[in-house]
Amino acid sequence: MRRCQDLLQRLLNFILPSVAVIVLALAAAFPARAALGGDAASVQADQLHMQGSLRKTAATAYSVHEIQAPTGTVVREYVSPEGKVFAVSWQGPWLPDMHQLLGSYFDQYAQAAKAQAGVRAARRPLLIEQSGLVLQMGGHNRSFSGRAYLPDQLPSSVTQEAIQ
Amino acid sequence: MNPERLSQAAIATRWLSCCSVVLACAFSSACGGSSGSSTKNAAPVVAVSGANVLPIAVNSGPAGLYVDGAFASATVCVPGSSTCQTIDGLLVDTGSSGLRILSSALTVSLPQLSTSGGTTGQAAASEPIAECLPFLGSYTWGPVQAADVEIAGEKASSLPVQVLSDTAYPVPQGCTNFGLPSANSLSTLGANGILGVGFYAQDCGAACAAAGTANPGLYYTCPSSGCQVAAVSATQQVQNPVSLFSSDNNGVIIELPAVSAPAASLSGSLVFGIGTQSNNALNGATVYAADQNGNLTTAYKGKSYSTSFIDSGSNGYYFLDSTTTGIPDCTDLVGFYCPSSTQNVSATVQGANGNSGTVSFSIANADTLFSNNTDTVFNQLGGPSSNMFDFGLPFFFGRNVFTAIEGKPTPGGTGPYWAY
Repeated sequence: MRRCQDLLQRLLNFILPSVAVIVLALAAAFPARAALGGDAASVQADQLHMQGSLRKTAATAYSVHEIQAPTGTVVREYVSPEGKVFAVSWQGPWLPDMHQLLGSYFDQYAQAAKAQAGVRAARRPLLIEQSGLVLQMGGHNRSFSGRAYLPDQLPSSVTQEAIQ
Repeated sequence: MNPERLSQAAIATRWLSCCSVVLACAFSSACGGSSGSSTKNAAPVVAVSGANVLPIAVNSGPAGLYVDGAFASATVCVPGSSTCQTIDGLLVDTGSSGLRILSSALTVSLPQLSTSGGTTGQAAASEPIAECLPFLGSYTWGPVQAADVEIAGEKASSLPVQVLSDTAYPVPQGCTNFGLPSANSLSTLGANGILGVGFYAQDCGAACAAAGTANPGLYYTCPSSGCQVAAVSATQQVQNPVSLFSSDNNGVIIELPAVSAPAASLSGSLVFGIGTQSNNALNGATVYAADQNGNLTTAYKGKSYSTSFIDSGSNGYYFLDSTTTGIPDCTDLVGFYCPSSTQNVSATVQGANGNSGTVSFSIANADTLFSNNTDTVFNQLGGPSSNMFDFGLPFFFGRNVFTAIEGKPTPGGTGPYWAY
């Protein structure tokens, strides 16, 4: 237990200076623009679409906007210092509205998903690795998780492992 | 990532794993519970006969395109009649719940399920029910109809099933918004249907019966004006046929023999019930309870992946990514691993009840495996699935794997759980 407490203290020392958690109040109507590749306002559009609650976590290299939908699915949108959504992730019992979440990248995703269909099985995880878009999705009935990011728009200090 | 951040991340990981054990111990008496052996059990017995035993076969399926898919047949009848049809080539899937049949494979005419008109919170008139269910990489869409379903010697009466069709009702926008292709045809599904014998009594359950924003919007009612998302009661949703059997209804066992090399086909059994007959006892299998999302945790190289699962409907070992595993992706086959030499993998699974065990398996080069077109059974097939372990059909080779249904009592406790 003592080792646990020591680790906890060191963890807090690491977290507190660099991260601030801000709960945002609901803002007025935002344009229903795309999320991935869109600007920070598109996060609110997603939030309104999902009718979820929003929590923003600001880190030094980027901020994470986490939307908790009433269905239990959690969507995270990663926003660069320039205000662009460079990654999204989702986890929960139900697949989110990918059209809303991927915005202008939806067609690219849908075409890539279709190209893979029926290749030696209908049922396996989805993996799309293209120069402008990476998307990974796995899970089963009542449990989906995945992430999508724009590899050429990741802030320099952000690794793909940070997108969870 | 600089060394300082790396060490901070390592501290975070260690703290989380340390305290999660403490927390689990505070709420459970299962700490220090049973621990599985590091390799597969001695060759399990495959049941070959009994009213609760359905033969299954691993082969290329009715479309000739599958690898590592297990198929079986079921008989569907117009409820209360002797108008029946036996449909083969159904994918045996412990990762989903409910029977789905291609419209193109169905020759009997099943009655449509409709909402009861005038009920509070439902449509004013009686309206036909349809469903859009996303899987990985595809969705199924079509009307919900009723059938008496006979599987081996078991029967589920007036079972709501999904009939897969792009044309019975137009595919609604909420379905196409998943961005996935339809799996409503033989060439896209690779099967005549899906026999979903997983954890749940319904594919959606209470969430799809709820009104308002908590409803994930998978069920629709389809009056002539067009399909609209609707709250549909659990009893009118697509049901796991096993849970509606009059007996042997608390879960299933998939029994497949061990495989030492690629093969053209493999025969085994789907056994209904857990501890209900002399041929379906747990026999000392370790129970791995599923968490609220139907998952278990897998630890690999010091990191834990909490959305891992065991699924006969996944056609390989799908886990992590090439960066984490060091196993290269295939360059021409998207989604499979292609190591230059066969790689051994060892991971530790832990159920929500604290029971844990080591799982060891090997991954061969998928290009090499697929070079022989007659083989469909691969015990070393795998590919990436980020941040999780998806133990697919090869995991079932040489293991009798129990899948217990939610809320149903068994000698190993109440489902949902896996045991092997």
